[in-house]
Amino acid sequence: MTELSTFILILEGLLAGAGVTVVVTLVSLLLSVSLGFVLALVRQFGKRRALHALIDLYCEIMRNIPALTHLFILYFGLASIGFRLSSIAAAILGLGLIGGAVTCDLFRAGFAALPKGQAEAALAVGFTPFQTILDILTPQAMRIALPSLGNYAVQLLKDTSIVSAIAAPEIMFYARSMVTSSFQTTLIYTTVALLYLALALPLMQAIRILENRYGRLKA
Amino acid sequence: MNRFIQPYVDNAGEWLPLLLEAMGKTALLSICAFALSLVFGLLLAVCRNTRWRWLERGVALYVATVRGVPLLAILFLLYFGLPGAGVTFDAFTAAVLALALAFAAQVAELFRAGLMAIPAGQREAALAVGFTPYQSFTLIVLPQVVRISIAPLIVTFVSLLKDSSLASLITVDELALTGRAMATEYFLPLQIYVAVGLCYFLIAWPFSLLSKRLAPPAAR
Amino acid sequence: MNPLLRVTGLTKSYGPVEVLKGIDFKVAAGEKIALIGPSGSGKSTCLRCLNFLEKPSAGEIHLDGERIGVRLGRPMNDRQLAPQRAEMGMVFQLFNLWPHLSVTENVAIAARKVRGLSAREARELALDMLAKVHMTHRAAASPQELSGGQQQRVAIARALAQKPKLMLFDEPTSALDPELVHEVLKVMEELAAEGRTMLIVTHEIAFARDIADRVLFLDGGRIVEGGPARELILSPREPRTQAFLRQIRH
Ligand SMILES: Nc1ncnc2c1ncn2[C@@H]1O[C@H](COP(=O)(O)OP(=O)(O)O)[C@@H](O)[C@H]1O
Ligand SMILES: [Mg+2]
Repeated sequence: MTELSTFILILEGLLAGAGVTVVVTLVSLLLSVSLGFVLALVRQFGKRRALHALIDLYCEIMRNIPALTHLFILYFGLASIGFRLSSIAAAILGLGLIGGAVTCDLFRAGFAALPKGQAEAALAVGFTPFQTILDILTPQAMRIALPSLGNYAVQLLKDTSIVSAIAAPEIMFYARSMVTSSFQTTLIYTTVALLYLALALPLMQAIRILENRYGRLKA
Repeated sequence: MNRFIQPYVDNAGEWLPLLLEAMGKTALLSICAFALSLVFGLLLAVCRNTRWRWLERGVALYVATVRGVPLLAILFLLYFGLPGAGVTFDAFTAAVLALALAFAAQVAELFRAGLMAIPAGQREAALAVGFTPYQSFTLIVLPQVVRISIAPLIVTFVSLLKDSSLASLITVDELALTGRAMATEYFLPLQIYVAVGLCYFLIAWPFSLLSKRLAPPAAR
Repeated sequence: MNPLLRVTGLTKSYGPVEVLKGIDFKVAAGEKIALIGPSGSGKSTCLRCLNFLEKPSAGEIHLDGERIGVRLGRPMNDRQLAPQRAEMGMVFQLFNLWPHLSVTENVAIAARKVRGLSAREARELALDMLAKVHMTHRAAASPQELSGGQQQRVAIARALAQKPKLMLFDEPTSALDPELVHEVLKVMEELAAEGRTMLIVTHEIAFARDIADRVLFLDGGRIVEGGPARELILSPREPRTQAFLRQIRH
């Protein structure tokens, strides 16, 4: 009985951070997907070589450096030159900028998977190139990218735990502060794992439903 | 700009050896964890294709759980949590184990996808010439799976390398922790974290390039 | 005189569906048998049951007097089956060459790993077998670089390298472009002339007529009719055989 009441106490403590976890996840997801989509469009259909190189460089920098380091640069680094971000803002910005590079690749893979005939057919019936990209190619590319975007969303949810390192008050932050005041570490971190799992499972389920409804488009 | 660059010039002599040593630690941590995750992952993938249903279920459950739980939670559980249950690891071991356990699930999924990509006829032809099931697997199926999986495995290694930075949060003195310590000592967090980022980049980038080189043309 | 291969009461079911409903036939050493029949009649299943790639539901298979797949009344597993399978060479419809190995390695690897030949012996054997199928000039190539007909000839060489007592062919030319069929049939013709024992599932009726000693017509999981090749193909007795042959000629 005392075990159970401790568990409930811990859970209550952790839930205080769940809101921030969810908000950081959703807002940085939105930022990632918007940024990634624009980058993918420019990289896939743009004509400017210099812009391509710039986007490639951006993606490589995001891809090959840990999120933790990006967060430290944004939070501690920028603060030291007088550009102070709140921990939540730094978290969202950091995860969003990294996610932009990740989703850019996913969208590009979606566009690349489309048969050439799709664009040719659209142009042949009189669509402008711009209409072709937005009305014909994009919806199909989105569907192809959907499963990997879903995986990315789950990954992002988990990655928000890292922002506890810059003191953003999310689940892991509360867990770590609880630990310093108690010896129930095993129980606390098990509860943390279960809580993330509980948040991730509906997300995974939602992805599966979306995938079944919109995905699996056969060309 | 000059104000940003100048500290590097001034401190290069002190920073370089520190960062180099930390890069070594990060590399060691990542390589150990990746090697272990390959072993675990292959085992999991093989277990997922057996005739024992309970084993398959167990592996599927493990993979799904690890997919939903942050690495940081696994790391803290192993390092801070298990002592409460009477098991103690030093920080480096805990980090290797946590990374290996988490990435084994990804490796297993890659191997599984690779296994499923091999047509059944490949194994049948192997059995037909008189190979045992073990020979069919090691001589015919596995080499093909490895060939398919090598590019995504390298991508996974880069992810692991980046995630090894979380070991800094349980006091493993790799790049990220060294960076933190230096940032406090020199009061130059921007320059130092950028330098740390560059160090990671220098290790990870060649692998990213390699993975693109090895990927089949369609996936490029 | 004992037959080389003896199949008695061979039955195979997938769940409730009985695909083979009791097959009996014998193959004498050196005999060439063509197995014909409509698609879905169970030809592949029958062939694959012979080397136990499919486990028969009932019935017995004896090769050279030895019971296949059962030892001391107990079913054998894949590991125990390996030496028995090595006695039969199998050629698949889709070739199933191993893409990670060169042409020579495809042919040599079983000799090395199953029969224990040295690397040099196996290589020499492989080159001999490739010569038989006129593929020596592509010995170093990778299977993907070959045409379908060439791949199938390499697959035949791979089976020959087993020094099998019996060769099984499952529609070896069905996946080929029409202009490539001939080169494979020619190789098989040459093998037949060497006096090899061959069991061939095929839709090439003219080939069956000229090469086979006997033809078995399979339909609905049963052997409807069997007899000397020329006789059965030119003047089939059973209405179903007649209908099938009429259809396939047009
Ligand atoms: N693995 C299987 N599971 C269920 N049914 C099968 C399987 N393999 C073959 N069949 C069925 O058995 C019948 C005979 O197949 P097959 O031997 O391939 O015919 P054929 O080679 O004469 O065209 C077909 O109706 C097919 O659908
Ligand atoms: Mg067939």
